[in-house]
Amino acid sequence: MVNHYETAFVLTPVLSEPQTKEAVEKFENLLTQNGGTILNREEWGLKQLAYPIQGKNSGFYFILQFDAEPAVIATLETEFRRDERVIRFLTTRLDKYAFEYAEKRRNKGKVQPKAEEEA
Amino acid sequence: MKKKYCRFKKSGIKYIDYKDPEFLKKFLNEQGKILPRRITGTSLKFQRKVAQAVKKARHLALLPYVTDMMK
Repeated sequence: MVNHYETAFVLTPVLSEPQTKEAVEKFENLLTQNGGTILNREEWGLKQLAYPIQGKNSGFYFILQFDAEPAVIATLETEFRRDERVIRFLTTRLDKYAFEYAEKRRNKGKVQPKAEEEA
Repeated sequence: MKKKYCRFKKSGIKYIDYKDPEFLKKFLNEQGKILPRRITGTSLKFQRKVAQAVKKARHLALLPYVTDMMK
């Protein structure tokens, strides 16, 4: 039974641009190989942390919204724990309202350009 | 005393997003602690959702666990 999930994770700021891309690719491939489908990816870039984690005060924020089998989540989380570039991660299951909210948020990004053209 | 109302029921918000710290800050005091229902007037159901969202935001370092000068 496929559920909707959303995972937010923070990469250590020490990484260079290609390294962060490669890290994100790694998790995306892991999901797609295990039968998950990625619906949306959001990148907040380098942001200040509210409190220092592992002595660092900033981090790269990424959010992946995807559908997957529950079993895939266990592998995803062990991968997060094993990878030392990731300093913090949080995977949540999206219920009906959460999924609607995420969809609205995703379309809001796309709808505006169209709306401007029509107006 | 003004009748307190649950802002979520009134405005029909169904989901409280843990990724939006600005909105969650309305439910924290200066030290970053979660405000009780008797002050914010939110209903029990949504107070729990707010508490869960704040804790997730704190885990992701979007909100501090404790601070003395919450903006």
